[in-house]
Amino acid sequence: MNYTKKVLEHFKNPHNVGKIENPDGVGKVGNIICGDVMWIYIKVRKNNRDEEIIHEIKFETFGCVAALAISSALTDLAKGKTLEEALKINKDDVVNFLGGLPSIKIHCSLLAIDALSEAIYDYLFKKGRDIPEKLKLKHKKVLMELEIIKEKNKE
Amino acid sequence: MKNKVYLDYAATTPVDPRVVRAMIPYFSKNFANTMSLHSFGQEAKKSLDKSRKVIADFIGAKTSEIIFTSSATESNNFALKGVAFANKNKGNHIIVSSIEHSCIMESVAWFEKQGFEISRLKVDKYGFIDFEELKKTIKKETILVSIMHANNEIGTIQPIKEIGKICKEKGVYFHTDAAQSLGKELIDVNKMNVDLLTATAHKLYGPKGVGFLFVKEGTKIEPLLHGGSHEFGLRSSTCNVAGIVGFAKACEICKELMVEEDKRLKKLRDKLITGMLDKIDDSFLNGHPTKRLSNNANIAFSFVEGESLLIQLDFSGIAVSTGSACSSKKLTSSHVLTAIGLKPNQIQGSLRFSLGRWTQEEDIDYVLEVLPGIVEKLRKISPFRK
Repeated sequence: MNYTKKVLEHFKNPHNVGKIENPDGVGKVGNIICGDVMWIYIKVRKNNRDEEIIHEIKFETFGCVAALAISSALTDLAKGKTLEEALKINKDDVVNFLGGLPSIKIHCSLLAIDALSEAIYDYLFKKGRDIPEKLKLKHKKVLMELEIIKEKNKE
Repeated sequence: MKNKVYLDYAATTPVDPRVVRAMIPYFSKNFANTMSLHSFGQEAKKSLDKSRKVIADFIGAKTSEIIFTSSATESNNFALKGVAFANKNKGNHIIVSSIEHSCIMESVAWFEKQGFEISRLKVDKYGFIDFEELKKTIKKETILVSIMHANNEIGTIQPIKEIGKICKEKGVYFHTDAAQSLGKELIDVNKMNVDLLTATAHKLYGPKGVGFLFVKEGTKIEPLLHGGSHEFGLRSSTCNVAGIVGFAKACEICKELMVEEDKRLKKLRDKLITGMLDKIDDSFLNGHPTKRLSNNANIAFSFVEGESLLIQLDFSGIAVSTGSACSSKKLTSSHVLTAIGLKPNQIQGSLRFSLGRWTQEEDIDYVLEVLPGIVEKLRKISPFRK
């Protein structure tokens, strides 16, 4: 597997690792094919323009080199962004940020993006806000995938 | 100085310098085609015959029963397809175990597309097949049973002699893939009741690009490669004399060192296994504690993923391999670890350490010093940690 220097750097010393105590939102996702699991925690604050931004973000990941590097990269990318901007981060942003990924590992970046949008879904849900249709659909898909993974690992 | 510890001898081995020395004259000096009638050719033929004799003796076979090939993959394909083609009048049923090497698994999947019937025998938690299931599965259409000698991932050594006996009694050809075991386990094709046996040089400190298939006298088999009638008409292709000479030399060295190496490697292997299990919580051994290859340790570490472990170990100069889905080209977990009953999340954190001729106790100490920290580091990132 040929990983870029940047991927290996993030893997070796990942940023934003761990849990956030009393998070405003948590996103938990899993990949039904390879079995990787990512949890993303966020704290939301308002900036001086009164927009809600991702003030703090941390992750916990069970997965390969790519999954760990992507978790680190995505949390770097999302930190400080407004919720709206954060939801616009796509897999190309992550892949480019890391200077490329082996094609077989591209799916890991989608997982991280799902984790982030799930964390934002969780925040909006807890606040009783209107949730965009796209986020609702993604949420349903994620729950289904987690169920499949649970089933596969059942004793 | 940075440590370099190679613990992936099951993937391939470095060529023993004595083997390299034996091979060198066969590139530019004794280079001729063994089929040429002139003295150059005769010289090459003599070396080929001599090497064939060394290898035949090593496994208790006749020289006419050793067919040189390019690899274990080719030998396994040859055994399956060659026997299937030659015996299609008898039937179209082939039996394999569910933990064979991918070259067998992929071949039988191809056979199914050609209309053959394939039975894949279950294995228990250690990787052993069940004799009763084998007996029940053999039927009058069965043309071949292929069960590997030692498994490449978990090192489990099948009771080949007993399996061969069952096949013999039922009148069915029996093939075994001994790619991992030749040079480590004693092999006697007659005592083991095998009709066909696969081996390759690069797993026992010989060169890559040369293997053989033992084909017991009288076995009905068709060649895969047609041409100039090399290898008793069973495998045409100009002989790789240098490679074959190297293979023979590698066998000679193994024969000499085998008993001693077996003892030495088992000691190191067990030190590695008990060391890892003692030092690292939530780790467990895959395969059988004793009925395994002397050089194989396969350990699963809960809550972490194998490719991440592998690359972290690589940063520390340690080379191993993993059965994790993330490391495979198809993103599927190891079929061997699945067959022994492990769940995907248990397979994800499995590593194979395979020791060899140049593994020293310091290497094992170094792994035991470095690995606990690596597992701990990755567990700290994992959502599943306790």
